[in-house]
This record gives sequence, C-alpha cells and structure tokens, in this order.
Amino acid sequence: MTDGQNVQVDVAIIGGGPAGLAAALGAKKRGADNILIIERDNELGGILNQCIHNGFGLHTFKEELTGPEYAARFIEEVKKEKIPYLLNTIVVDVDAEGKILTLMSRERGLFKIRAKAVVLAMGCRERSRGALNIPGYRPAGIYSAGTAQRYVNMEGRMPGREVVILGSGDIGLIMARRMTLEGAKVKLVAEIMPYCGGLKRNIVQCLEDYGIPLRLSHTVVDIHGKERLKGVTLTRVDEHSKPIPGTEEYIPCDTLLLSCGLIPENELSSGMGVELSSITGGPVVNESLETNLEGVFACGNVLHVHDLVDYVSEEAAKAGENAAEYVERQIRETSRGIPVCGEKGVRYTVPSYLRPEYMDDPQVIRFRVGSNYQNVSVVVYVNDICVIKIKKRTMAPGEMEQIKLKKSDLEKVCECNKVQNIRICIEEQ
Amino acid sequence: MYDVIVIGAGVTGSAIARELSKYERNVAVIEKASDICEGTSKANSGIVHAGYDAVPGTLKAKLNVAGNEKMESLSKELDFPFRRNGSLVLMFEEEDRPALEALYERGLTNGVKDLRILTPEEVRKIEPGVTKQVAGALYAPTGGIVCPFGLNIALAENACDNGVSFFLDTEVLGIEKKRDEQGTYYRICTGSRKNGETIFESRVVINAAGVYADYIHNMVSEKKMTITPRKGEYCLLDKTEGKLIKSTVFQLPSKMGKGILVTPTVHGNLLVGPTAQDIDDKEGVNTTALGLETVMSKASRSVETLSGKKIITSFAGLRPHEDGGDFIIEEVTDASGFIDAAGIDSPGLSCVPVIGEYVADIVNKISPAPRKKNFIATRKGVPSMAEATERERQALIAENPAFGQVICRCEMVTEGEILNAIHRTLGATTLDGIKRRTRAGMGRCQAGFCAPKTVEILARELGVDMEQITKAGGNSGFLDGTNKEVQS
Amino acid sequence: MICICCPLGCALTAVRDKEGEITVTGNTCPRGEAYAKNECLSPKRTVTTTVRVKGEAQAAMVSVKTAGEIPKDKIMDCIRELAGVEVALPVRIGDVVLKNVAGTGIDVVATKNIEKK
Repeated sequence: MTDGQNVQVDVAIIGGGPAGLAAALGAKKRGADNILIIERDNELGGILNQCIHNGFGLHTFKEELTGPEYAARFIEEVKKEKIPYLLNTIVVDVDAEGKILTLMSRERGLFKIRAKAVVLAMGCRERSRGALNIPGYRPAGIYSAGTAQRYVNMEGRMPGREVVILGSGDIGLIMARRMTLEGAKVKLVAEIMPYCGGLKRNIVQCLEDYGIPLRLSHTVVDIHGKERLKGVTLTRVDEHSKPIPGTEEYIPCDTLLLSCGLIPENELSSGMGVELSSITGGPVVNESLETNLEGVFACGNVLHVHDLVDYVSEEAAKAGENAAEYVERQIRETSRGIPVCGEKGVRYTVPSYLRPEYMDDPQVIRFRVGSNYQNVSVVVYVNDICVIKIKKRTMAPGEMEQIKLKKSDLEKVCECNKVQNIRICIEEQ
Repeated sequence: MYDVIVIGAGVTGSAIARELSKYERNVAVIEKASDICEGTSKANSGIVHAGYDAVPGTLKAKLNVAGNEKMESLSKELDFPFRRNGSLVLMFEEEDRPALEALYERGLTNGVKDLRILTPEEVRKIEPGVTKQVAGALYAPTGGIVCPFGLNIALAENACDNGVSFFLDTEVLGIEKKRDEQGTYYRICTGSRKNGETIFESRVVINAAGVYADYIHNMVSEKKMTITPRKGEYCLLDKTEGKLIKSTVFQLPSKMGKGILVTPTVHGNLLVGPTAQDIDDKEGVNTTALGLETVMSKASRSVETLSGKKIITSFAGLRPHEDGGDFIIEEVTDASGFIDAAGIDSPGLSCVPVIGEYVADIVNKISPAPRKKNFIATRKGVPSMAEATERERQALIAENPAFGQVICRCEMVTEGEILNAIHRTLGATTLDGIKRRTRAGMGRCQAGFCAPKTVEILARELGVDMEQITKAGGNSGFLDGTNKEVQS
Repeated sequence: MICICCPLGCALTAVRDKEGEITVTGNTCPRGEAYAKNECLSPKRTVTTTVRVKGEAQAAMVSVKTAGEIPKDKIMDCIRELAGVEVALPVRIGDVVLKNVAGTGIDVVATKNIEKK
C-alpha cells in the first residue's frame, strides 16, 4: 500500500471509455499535464469496442466511423499526448475530501493515489430482466442486448438461434441486424411504447432490410422454459402500458434480448457522497459539470445517458478542461449557482445549476423531453421572462436536445447576479 | 454397499450427511441437480425463526427453538453468514390484539426467549422505517437471518471433507426393497446425464428429497404420502434499500390474509415475500405478475417507502408442504431402515442445526457406529474481497494476484474468489454455482457485465469449451455455436 | 418508406411512371427525394461484421467493414464470403481483409487495431 501512496496526479479520470478519453484530452488541452486515466477493462475505448456498427463521429469527424474506429482516434491522441493510463485497474473507493483513490489490479494489488481533481466517466449499465420485473421462469437464454453484443462481436459466439428482442432502443435494433447477419432468426422486436425508441435509420437498416417485424405497444409478460428459454408470451398493452387480457401470443424462441434502457453507473459516486438526480440517475452538476463535491466532475453516460457518442466526447472534453482549470485555480467560492429547471415536457437539464461568472458563452444546456412532440417551441425563461424561443418540427424522448444560452440572454433580463432561476419548457406554437 | 444413503443435497440432506459423517460410516448423497442447493434450499426467505409460530407439541416447535439457538455456533464453525437481527410481528388493527397475545403465549410455551409485546411507539423506536399505522407488535430478539446458500454449501462441503461421497446430476429412478440374510436393504437405481444408470445399495436410506419426498417415499411404502409444492414468490431489492429496516418484519395473520415479510438479507439487500399458493408442478418455480404485485402491495403495508423501482430481481421457491402440517422425520413403518425427512417447510431452515442430530439419532438406533476420531468440525468459506478489510485484501492479493482482478463489479467479486469457488470441495461447475458461492452476478446489473467473463473462467478452469458451460446444469447452456456458422 | 435523413422521418411515397421516371412525394426537403430515388434504384449499405483472428491472441475477433457501400442484395453474399476469412496479427485499421467482396469491387477492411500477443 505504501507503494504509490505518495503518487499525486492533477486530474484522475475514472473510466477509459469515450468520456474518459475525451476528458483526458480536454484536461491536457487546458494545460494539465499530470493526468491519469484508470480503466477497469484490458483496453481503452470502453463499450465502443463492441459497437462495431458504423454511424459514429458524424459530428466530430464529419465522417461515419465504427465504434472501434471512433475510439481509436481518441486512443491514438491520448498516446500521442503521452497521457498515462492504467488498464485492468478498478477504483475500489474514493475518499472525496482528500481525493484519495484506492485502486486495485492484478499486477499492483491495492494502492492509493492522490488527485487534485477527479473526473467521473464510468458510463452506464443496462436495465436487467430483474429490474424490469418480467414474470416467468428464469432459464438461460435471457441476455441484455449489450451482453449479447459482447458475445457476438468480441468472442464470435452466438447466444442463441431464435431470437425475440424486447425494447426498440438502438442497441436492440442493431443487435437484431447483427444476430441476423451471423445466422440467427430474429422473430420480432417488441416495444411497450407506441413509438420506436431507436433512430429511424436503424428501423430501416436493421429491421426493414431484413424483414424483422417491429411490434409497437407490445411487451413480454411471461417467460417459458425451465433450463433454456423455450418461448415468451407477448401481449398488446393499452395506453397506460398495461397488458390487454386476451391479446396473449406465444412466441417460441431460445433467446430473449433486452434493450430496455440504460442506467448511469454511480455506485462509486454515491459512495463518495455525490448528489444524484432521481431523474437521470447521474450526478447533479453545475455549468462546469462539477458535482456537489468540489473538484469532482462528471461527464458522459455516468452523468446522463446520451444518444450520440459525439455529444459524450464534446461534454467530456469540457469536463476535462474544467477539471484542469480547477486544478490551476484551486479555490473556488462555494455558491451553488442559479437553478436550471426543466418544466412542461422537459424531463431534466444538464447542468442543473449555473454560475454566470463561470459559464461558457454560449453555455450548452442539454435536456430530454418526456414524450413525442410535433411543431412546438423550446422556450427559455430567465426570472420568468422569455429570452429564447426555438421552433421544433419534432421532438422525441429518445433524442437528446440542447440549447445554447448566451451571457447576453441573461443580461437582457437583469444583471447576472440578480438572476433567480432559469426554466426550459416545451410550448405549443 | 453404503452404510447410509441420503437422497437430496438440499440443506436438510446436507445437514444429515454432515452429522452422519461424525461417525465411522460409509455415506453417500445422491442429488439429481448438477449442484448442491438447487431446490427449495436456494429460494426461500433465509429467516431463522424465533419459534413462536409452531403449534406447541409439534416437531416443528421442538426443533425450531433448539435450531435457532444453535445457528450462531454453527455459523462460526462452518463460516457462513448469519445475523441475529430480531423479528417483529406487526399488528395493524386493535381488534387483532388477541391473536398477537396468543402468538406471544405460544412463543412462551415453545420456550422462545425474551419475547415482548411492544407499543406502537416502541416499535417505531426499534424500526423507524415501519408504517405509522402499526398498532403493536410482537418482538423476538432471537430472530435471525442466514444466507441459505451459504448454510447449505457449508454443510455439504464439510460433509464431503469428512468422507461423504456426493453424486451430483444423479436422479433416483426407482428403489427396490430387497432382503438378504442380514435383513432388509435397498437397491436404488439412478440415472445420470453423464454416467447413465448406476445402482446404489444400502440398508439405511434417508429421504430428504424436498418436494419430491412423496415420490421417493411412495417407491418403498404402501402408506402413501403427498407433498404439495407451495409456491412463494419474492422480490429482492437493491442494497440501497437494505437499511430501510434492520429486523425481519412479519405481519400478523388477519382478515387481510397471511401477510408478507420484509427483511434485510445478510448481504445487505432487502427481501420481500413470499406468497403462498399450492400448485401441482414440482418444478413450477415461475413468478407471476399477480404474485409479484401482491408481494409489493402487501409488503408496503409494513414499510410504506418500499419502491418497485428498486427491485433487482424476483424469484419463486417451492416449500414441500405435507398435509399434516408438521415435519415427518421418522423411520417408515413398513420399510425398515428407510427414514423420511419430509415436509420440511417453514421453519425448516431454522431447524437445520438440529435436524441432522435428530436423524442421526434414529440412524444410530437402527445401526450404531463409533464416533470418528478425526472429524473435521470446521470449514472456511470462499473469501470475500467485498467484506474484507484493507489488510485482508492485501494479504489475499499477495497470496494470489487474481484477487486483484474484479470480475463482478456490482458485488466486487474477484477472479480469485471465482477460482476458489471452482477448485474447492464440491466446487462450482455452473454460473449459478459460482453465484451462490461468491455472489458474482447477484448485484444490481444481474450478471450483465460479469456473466461472459465468468463463463470464460469456468471453461478455462474446467478444461471445456465455453459452450459446455451452463447456468444450472442440464440444457441450460448460454451459447449456441459461433458466428456465420450457418452460412459456412 | 420512411426517410432516414433526419429525425423528422417523413413518410415518402415513390412512384415510377412508364418512362421509368421516379416521382417522390411526402418529402419535406431535397435530401428526402434523393434518398427515395436511391432506395428505389440501387439501395446500398455499408456492412459491418467481424472475422476470426488467427492463432492465440488477446481478442478472438477483429471488427471489419466494407470500405464503401455495397448493393443491399449483396449483403448476405458478403457475409458468406467472410465466414472463412481469418486474419493474421498484427492488424491495423484500414488493412484489407478481403478484396472485392462478392464481386462488388469494394474491399472489406479492418476497423480495429489488434497487436500480436
């Protein structure tokens, strides 16, 4: 344990996936040179390594890359900048006050490092069958879409041959195509909501191209098979997502993939005392993506689940820059800032607080809506006075939205230090 | 020929085997599943009851209080998690007071120590998380919780370490009652997926076959027995909810029904359940929408803050219920040397520390044997990195660096623990086996991240392809061929 | 068909007249028209999949893609041709894994860097 006890870094980044990599580069760019990335897996890149499909990087690189290619661009940059990283190393515990991280690996056992700033970039996990509370037996053959993706794409192994997919999130749609290409029969994709959770492009290129039916307003209500999965009972649901009796249909299958949502993985954060949002499951942060703990920042899917990795990279780079800036300046005042709230259709905003003296100009505020909208406006109020109104042809819960708030938008209303609240709403045009 | 054969490697069979292994005897345990602890023993409340429930004079009453007293010392001997967290039986309506008092009286008759009836204020002082609607409660400080897998596996491993032979994946197909010059003996024909048909013979056979005990009993006796599988459904909540209450909270049976318990588990989760439904299918461990809904809605009567969003998994178990309502632990009248240990439903788990002795006494009367001189009384469980101190963690990693490699991140289970679980006595060969021995995959992601890694380790250590690795034996494999196989 | 050019997802209808001219309706922008015509005349896709790595390596598979779009009806041919392909290490992003897949004139290239063990 004494080995490494005195190791001190400026910015410790927990997680070497897309968020961690971009945060490291952001910190480097802002002048930090003593950075450490801590990755629990045996390579950098995180979940991108198993996302072998293309469509990544349109915003960042103006070209379509696969997941591993997108990751490689960042990994090469990190290597070029000689940013140190540890693989196969897990963060066991973080003492938030002293920012002492307890790490563990096969090679080095338990050891500690001290950091001036910490960036949380641990990503998210999938909602499990247990969390969905689907009744029935508990046979083998039920996988989260991501677990199946790992088997197929990383190990070249097939989790099964006759597949039903529950949930029409993008991972589910992409796995429908992957399983089909590798020789499985995907019988259908069921979605409890009346609309698809994934991108239009994936509906066309992953389902329609292969004649895979998408059953909207349907869910799985029973699981059959005592050893290996034998089939599922599918049923129609009403507008409250409740199964409609009499619509049950038995679908024989040996595999059920679940693509029913992602949950930020904040066990470490909550252990440190980071305040979490009950809506996003991620930390509550201010404009600098700093949590309630000074010098502890969060970005990527650990903060809130993103739809595009490009936005993860953008956000994480900011978190890295802010962490570097924090290290440089050290002391900051403790005020929490002006509350930023989502109302009337806006489920949440990131950040939740804004300190005008530290805001970017313009400051990006990301949010998601709670249901589908057509021809509406996104309206931003400062102290109940409308400062921004943007027309939107369509908005959907599956897509992350953002608005850019300028300092001058605040100054339209009053002096920055007199701003009481900022609200973002969806309104009819 | 074996001196004694035990049918069933659940917690009852394992406890009996362990007790019998204290004597100079050749003992075999036959189990149809691919692992120990695969039936009733793996899916129950994990409660060590204080002993006020059983009707005075029954075997249940006699064994419960004694079993409860001995659980703590047994847990120290065999290194499994047990905690005396106390239990409360809540009363919601003043009109139910006579029933609560009757329960108290019954507890006194059964010899339960330190029982008290509490006022609502006293209840909420002990358990601030309990509903304000509470009108009173029976408090039993001796109530406890145990890891049901830990207990079962510890007993079986220790029995095995003391010379008992375990035959897993071996199903009893038929039993013939035979006679030779020395008297009655039994010829047990078994089938195994791996070894085909095998014959076992013994003069003493113990039937600890759980929900199948009637099936086994009826092979040798004309006095037929019926064991009804009584299904109980449960929901397990995240560790974030584990501190909502610290005692096990029951509900007093009332006009609202039997009630649902809420309890912390020894590992810090919160468990709610069970329902009680008699079914026909002895393998009917499926949960139902109605069952799970009932569990959560009834349980929230005790603890209002329970949230369905915090459920990480649900499961169902089958209690082997015999019509008479009591345990049947006796030599079968028309089959000498054949001993039933049947109908072991609640409070069976609580009685485990004394059931073994009880059966061993019967065996000793039928066929006495000398005590073993070199009996190994203790056993060490799989080390737990999650629960270890920093110093212990360092020591484990120093011993084997694999203890530094986390496999299950939710429960912080390392490769070292998984290797230990595979290579120990009666080691794990399935994913569920690893889960029960190490907790890998028991956390909130429910094995999403760790299952592929655990499957890989199992395949490597057992020297088989990943495709051979199953969830729980039989046809429960995870993988089916490789990419593009169909096309090539 | 649903337009995939942007999140709007316009419901497009494409009608081909006697002269073979395609008329697209339901689109809100020119991109939709181009997309619908393309989907009718020669739908193309980029295929992403994996191929096996030769010998002992830190990874069993390497991810690959077609270097450009190939006709949609050649997707399964492409997969079938890749079934027998094994790649020797090390492999770099962009390395050609299979030339002229399914006679499309398009190469299949690696999308991941994997070092020798």
